Amino acid sequence: MSEIIEVQNVSKSYWRDSLEISVLHNISLKVNEGEFLALMGPSGSGKTTLLNLIAGIDRPTKGKLIVAGTDIAALGESALAKWRAASVGFVFQFYNLIPVLTAFENVELPLLLTKLSKAERRKHVEDTLEIVGLGDRIHHYPKQLSGGQEQRVAIARAIVTDPVLLVADEPTGDLDRASAEEILTLMERLNKEFKKTIMMVTHDPHAAQRARIIRHLEKGDLTEGVEYENIKANI
Amino acid sequence: MKIPLKYTFRSFKAKKLTTTITIIGVSLVVFVFAAVLMMAHGVEKTLVATGAPDNIKITRKAANGEISSIIDPETQNVIRTLPDIGKNPDGTQLISNEPVVVINITKADGGLSNVTVRGIGKVGMQIRPQVKIIEGRMFNFGLRELIAGEALHKRFPDAQVGSKVKLAGDYWSVVGIFSSNGSGFDSELWGDAIQLLGAFNRGNTCSSITLKLADINQYDNFKRAFDSDRRLQQFEHDSETQYYAKQSEFLATFIRILGIFITVIFSFGATIGAMITMYSAVANRTVEIGTLRSLGFKRRSILASFLTESLAISLIGGAVGLVLASFLQFFSISTMNFTSFSELAFSFALSPSIIIISLIFALLMGVLGGFLPSVRAARMNIVTALRAG
Repeated sequence: MSEIIEVQNVSKSYWRDSLEISVLHNISLKVNEGEFLALMGPSGSGKTTLLNLIAGIDRPTKGKLIVAGTDIAALGESALAKWRAASVGFVFQFYNLIPVLTAFENVELPLLLTKLSKAERRKHVEDTLEIVGLGDRIHHYPKQLSGGQEQRVAIARAIVTDPVLLVADEPTGDLDRASAEEILTLMERLNKEFKKTIMMVTHDPHAAQRARIIRHLEKGDLTEGVEYENIKANI
Repeated sequence: MKIPLKYTFRSFKAKKLTTTITIIGVSLVVFVFAAVLMMAHGVEKTLVATGAPDNIKITRKAANGEISSIIDPETQNVIRTLPDIGKNPDGTQLISNEPVVVINITKADGGLSNVTVRGIGKVGMQIRPQVKIIEGRMFNFGLRELIAGEALHKRFPDAQVGSKVKLAGDYWSVVGIFSSNGSGFDSELWGDAIQLLGAFNRGNTCSSITLKLADINQYDNFKRAFDSDRRLQQFEHDSETQYYAKQSEFLATFIRILGIFITVIFSFGATIGAMITMYSAVANRTVEIGTLRSLGFKRRSILASFLTESLAISLIGGAVGLVLASFLQFFSISTMNFTSFSELAFSFALSPSIIIISLIFALLMGVLGGFLPSVRAARMNIVTALRAG
């Protein structure tokens, strides 16, 4: 299986006034295509920062990031936006749906950046909402949906352009157990059935169980990968 | 592709109160702005409508208006010798030598106001076919009688049929009311030119001469003869329309400058209102901005989206202000025309150019108010924006 993510000696620091805060230290990581990787670690360990770097919404202070064959750290602002639109699907903890747009319109948003016709966009959106089990909620606004349904709309929005990589930051963090299970099952299905590469940040060991590989971050350093069976045994 | 417009417009609902207040603010400023332009345009329209394009008006060069112009009898005779002047079937030339004086009469609200009194002969009526008697009768030549313009009739208790007006120590009877389709003549009193000259001891001098050419296409020929005659060097000619257009310039420009100065000051308030609305829109939608950027929308799309929102708010405000201002067309007001030192009644007049300028003015407020907040939205760091939730 080919590598879809290659993180080479990446460091990330922030400046607060004149104080440099180092978040990631010389991280190297490889993720194969079709992988489902969970990134765990305590708060402030740098897992969301690493996810943001891989997703191209943040830039490393040092190092190289090759995602889906592109050295994204070398891309300009505009090229990076174009790359994100084509290559990455985002799932956020609080869904981040646009409240004034319906489920259909939210899912259609990333397709507005493609050259698809209106009819083609409609077909894609309807099919995707069917996949996530919300074919009957397409004209509902986010506030008319439950948390689980909102997250499913967000997942539909993330996969509607068929990106090579799906990044999820605490996708079950705002959900009750039952809804969280539904979302994780859906993500598992996307990984197994639709061969989506998924990188998920989570605090929740139950959520992490659904991944095939779990990596831990501790104070900006990455520990060795562990297959999920080993984790399960420790829970 | 841009962020869909429905996102922009539906976002209005999410901030109904601030959006409505901003729209009201912009609409009031545009209302005042449009009203000022309509007032200035009303003055121009009224005065320009006073003249007929095929009539030629002659006055003394040094005079600012008819009131300060004097044409002596010798010059009147020289003018009669110029070519291409129209004639009646009986051979009389279509020339009207008109004395113009200003008198004080009492307004309906009690104050005094200057009113222009114009003396005319039979030709004076003939070359102005738009002037119609609408009440009473025409004055008799040889008698001290007057007819009053429609606008005066509405504003002055003495400008009524049967009333008397004190003129040069004598009382003149008002015997009729005339209309000239809302032109400047409607703010004048007209009487027999010879009687007026006698009452004011003016001899045979007049203030202005209005004449009709046999064919307006011969104006260049007339002009050449006029300009080359050394006896007429102290005098100037213009088409009557052009003459009154020039007469309107000073008052219209004064209204415009004063009005625009005031509305520009008002517009600072409305612009700041729009800016506050847009800054709050950006602050409330920070996470949405972060989300849209992470989905791949570029900075310029975010900038365009927020700027469109600001422009839409100001455009709605502008349209509301214009609709309100359009009702002013049903009102007419009067003011002192500085050029003639007399009362001029006019209506607010809307024109396509005022609509366009007012909407541009509204959009300008939208751009100025929305630009900085939109730039702020566009420059937002994605990670920081996403964390704002």
